[in-house]
Amino acid sequence: MSRRLYGVDGYLGSYATLGLLLIAGLLFFVAAFSANRLLRPARPAEPPGKRATYECGLDPVGGGWAQAQIRYYVYAYLYVLFAVESVFLFPWAVVYAQPGFGTTTVVEMAIFVAVLALGILYAWRKRVLRWT
Amino acid sequence: MPVWLELLIRVLSVVVAFLTLPLVVGQAEHKVMAHMQGRLGPMYAGAFHGWAQLVADGVKFVQKEDITPRAADRPVFRLAPIIALMPYLIVLLVIPLGPGDLVGQALDVGLFLVPAVLGLGVVAVLMSAWASANKYSLLGGLRAAAQLLGYELPMVLAAASVAMAAGTLSLPGIIEAWHPWWLLWQLPALLVFFIAGLAEIRRPPFDMPIADSELVFGYLTEYTGLRFAFFLLAEYLGIVVIAALTTVLFLGGWQGPFGLNAELGWLWTLIKIFAVSFLVIWFRVAYPRLREDQLQRLCWLVLVPVALGQLVLTAAVRLAL
Repeated sequence: MSRRLYGVDGYLGSYATLGLLLIAGLLFFVAAFSANRLLRPARPAEPPGKRATYECGLDPVGGGWAQAQIRYYVYAYLYVLFAVESVFLFPWAVVYAQPGFGTTTVVEMAIFVAVLALGILYAWRKRVLRWT
Repeated sequence: MPVWLELLIRVLSVVVAFLTLPLVVGQAEHKVMAHMQGRLGPMYAGAFHGWAQLVADGVKFVQKEDITPRAADRPVFRLAPIIALMPYLIVLLVIPLGPGDLVGQALDVGLFLVPAVLGLGVVAVLMSAWASANKYSLLGGLRAAAQLLGYELPMVLAAASVAMAAGTLSLPGIIEAWHPWWLLWQLPALLVFFIAGLAEIRRPPFDMPIADSELVFGYLTEYTGLRFAFFLLAEYLGIVVIAALTTVLFLGGWQGPFGLNAELGWLWTLIKIFAVSFLVIWFRVAYPRLREDQLQRLCWLVLVPVALGQLVLTAAVRLAL
């Protein structure tokens, strides 16, 4: 392929900085934890309860991975609904005002968004956003 | 300049910003909160008004023992603070400080990359919450996950409104297209973005995931030492990143009130970032914590509809002009 795609100043080349930054970030964490390894107490005391789960100072009752009523999955559903929408929204946002697109493009997106807005309306009427 | 040197300078500058800006904001938080509450805040470290307090904290944290609770899922527990910090490092790369070359790396899809990478924060929170094997951590983590998922939407929709107004996804491109009258045109999006941003970084009044009066310390309960310090660093970096994104998308980034953008652009950007950061700190002092279901209702019934309305407004105005 051409240099425009792969060269240092090409399209993918601009992501080389991103890769280098990730490496620099990893080096930072390696340095920080190495410093920690050198500086922390070499023979720390091990009193009973030191590695116990902390629950306000009392001995923990039951395991930490206990069953609980999870109300939050509804929000995750709502989220997925709109996360997909926003993925479509961004590329559309760049082109809709360019010549050759215009009102039809906007109306199409408006219908798409309106269908999803109905979803929120439904969730609201079904009272999933209320707890009591 | 040889290519490798340029790349090195770019990457190092981002890492330096990653390590210094949060300290400045964190120190400002100590002092600003203290004075707002009629206290003095740190006064000893570094002799002059405790300026070196966070440096001293860092020195203390790095000497602490690395403790993992017996019940915890060890590798996940230890990896979580690193996952929490990485997205902010990546986002700092694409935020422009000034016009031209004063940016870590100008990407064409900067505005697309930023929310995508920030979305990783949910994973870090769930990792720390679940791996801690602590009931309070788990509760806090679930609250945080619901909150982060919910508020990502209004935030992304507000950002999309800016993309529609500017007609580009490149962050420097957005600043170049920015005009002062956008302050009015994009005002609903600005408010939605800022409020949703506050919730995304779990700052008061949206700090239910940590809620120290209810959940000990939420998903951070079991953390100590350096790993806890990294979570704190992530919190301050969050302020920097949200302030910087608000600046870049809505406040015109390097554009100043009177010309000289090429010379003073970096200064305008920094001034705006610190002004927004000040506001974030002020919110913490001024408002009490919301209840969990109030938080979700605010998101779904106020912020998301307002953001959708802004999309309509943006499209209408752009096509009319």
